[in-house]
Amino acid sequence: MTSTPSLEADNIVKELGRGAGKVMALKGVSLVLNPGELTLLMGPSGSGKTTLLSIMGCILTQTSGDIRVAGQSTKGMRAEELAALRRTHIGYIFQSYNLFPTLNALENVRIALDVIGQKGYAASQRAEEVLHEVGLGHRLKNYPGNLSGGEQQRVAVARAIASSPSVVLADEPTAALDSENGHAVMELLARIAREQKRSVLAVTHDPRTLGYADRVVRIEDGLIVGEERRPDGLDAPRVTDLTKRRKAHG
Amino acid sequence: MILTLAFRNLFHDRIRLAVTLIGILFSIVLVAVQLGLYLGSSRMITAMIERANGELWVTAYGAKSFEDGGVLLTPRERHAALATPGVKAVIPMIVAFAEWRKPSGGSTRVVVVGTDAEDKGLEPWSLVQGDWEDIKAPDAIAVDNTYLRELDIAGVGDTAQIATGRVRVRALTHGIRSFTQSPYVFTPLNRARQLIGVDGDKTTFFLVQLEPGADVEAVRADLKSRLEGADVLTKPEFRDRSLTQWLFRTGAGVALIGGALLGILVGTVIVAQTLYSSTKDHLNEFATLRALGSTSGYIHKVILAQAGMSAVIGYILGMLISLTVLFMSRSSPLPLVMTPGLAGALFALTLSMCAISAVSAIVKVTKIDPATVFNR
Ligand SMILES: Nc1ncnc2c1ncn2[C@@H]1O[C@H](COP(=O)(O)OP(=O)(O)OP(=O)(O)O)[C@@H](O)[C@H]1O
Ligand SMILES: [Mg+2]
Repeated sequence: MTSTPSLEADNIVKELGRGAGKVMALKGVSLVLNPGELTLLMGPSGSGKTTLLSIMGCILTQTSGDIRVAGQSTKGMRAEELAALRRTHIGYIFQSYNLFPTLNALENVRIALDVIGQKGYAASQRAEEVLHEVGLGHRLKNYPGNLSGGEQQRVAVARAIASSPSVVLADEPTAALDSENGHAVMELLARIAREQKRSVLAVTHDPRTLGYADRVVRIEDGLIVGEERRPDGLDAPRVTDLTKRRKAHG
Repeated sequence: MILTLAFRNLFHDRIRLAVTLIGILFSIVLVAVQLGLYLGSSRMITAMIERANGELWVTAYGAKSFEDGGVLLTPRERHAALATPGVKAVIPMIVAFAEWRKPSGGSTRVVVVGTDAEDKGLEPWSLVQGDWEDIKAPDAIAVDNTYLRELDIAGVGDTAQIATGRVRVRALTHGIRSFTQSPYVFTPLNRARQLIGVDGDKTTFFLVQLEPGADVEAVRADLKSRLEGADVLTKPEFRDRSLTQWLFRTGAGVALIGGALLGILVGTVIVAQTLYSSTKDHLNEFATLRALGSTSGYIHKVILAQAGMSAVIGYILGMLISLTVLFMSRSSPLPLVMTPGLAGALFALTLSMCAISAVSAIVKVTKIDPATVFNR
């Protein structure tokens, strides 16, 4: 595929904490997301997955390195400019859903549209449409408290894709779900990537999700240590050269 | 959606909403009562001056108020005033505290207001029984029917004594109340002189009426130069003097305004506290909004909308209670007053109180880090 990458991370370094508690969470990570692909980011706990996702999502700023969103560098951007970038390009899915408990499913999607300036009937229509897409057409008026975990996460998926972002970032979207719901959500993410030609990056610990990936990126101790890509025509990713583990420099 | 979210957040925690509303209510009712009393007092204090038909007042030098005119003026001043160009009429008026002897024993203080009907300077208004002709009869007076019990009389026809003079009630007014709590007693000029023992033609005030088109300031300057040792005051000046005397020298006004300020302060603190804790509870949602790309303005609007809704609900409830208190105070010695201006000012006050309260919540929310959304 020759399309421009929707999101590029270039040699990202991130220090977290201060003083004695200072941690190099990322030690120079580069990652490119292309449209139409579901990428899984896997690695042990504390390896920097959430940190990388936050930086790629322009929610956290890197210590050094550059993030380019649709070719545009985020260097030197102020908080409000980053917010503008987030609302136009990126959708988020969180492990704990982060739905608004006082808003029903439809309103939870609508508020994400409201934030980006889409209001009124059209927004309502769009929210309904994406909820149908994730299979919740019959749960529009339910509040998060009255939805199962799987349903809540599907509302979150609907919220993430409602504004048609080019990139969808998900942090352990299936961690809180049972196997059946986990599969349903992964299925959705894979569809979003392939059918709607978006870049989807999902952090996961869950081996059950492997089958849905176009690409698996492994991270350890703040460094990318390997990447496997599913060859075209195959159902599951084939393991390529993963033995060449890079040692942390220093 | 901003309003929807604000509304839901507000009603989500009913107890906190109740505390917020009680805070606002407390403030509004306290401020309404204090300012209502202040307005009621001001009106009472200035009623006589407002009602008088004349542009200028000649008083003894340094006269403190309508009730406290100081040393008496003489006919010499009257003639000098009458000779001043632009002056149409100079109406003598006696106003003095006097001892009212109750028919069944004991006494109370009254304010005797002596003026003649034909001068058309000041007449008792709101007459509900009798008229000026009746008051002209020997010993006749008019009193206000809200003070009948205090004066120990039943109504028209009853007699009592002021100092050493016998008086008979011939007319009744309704609602002419006195801030000093000494009832006004209306009677003709000369009878008033007799009752309080003024000799000759002396008077407390001269009420000056001007020729049409005369320049008030010019006439006043002229009068002042002719009347040494007397004050020449415009209506607003005399009003202010009376207000200063009764509301500020006595400390009553300071207490009322102080009470109102305290109400505002306590209300603001309560609202700020509940709004802040509500914002803290919903901080995760605000962080999510921020992660979804909302501007900080959007989040501030949600908080402000929450504050605004509290303000409107609190205001409506507060006004209902205030109006009830006002209604119940109607027959008290100091009825509250509510005007559209005061109602409007209270609304503005409530809104600004809530807006100020929102500041701490907004400061809190400004510090949220959207990065927290992934780490829960
Ligand atoms: N605010 C912080 N201050 C200091 N260190 C931090 C902070 N947040 C994270 N870290 C550290 O940075 C490293 C990377 O954290 P991160 O949350 O990205 O890991 P993760 O791969 O998402 O782990 P998990 O799988 O447990 O979610 C960890 O060592 C963590 O302890
Ligand atoms: Mg994590």
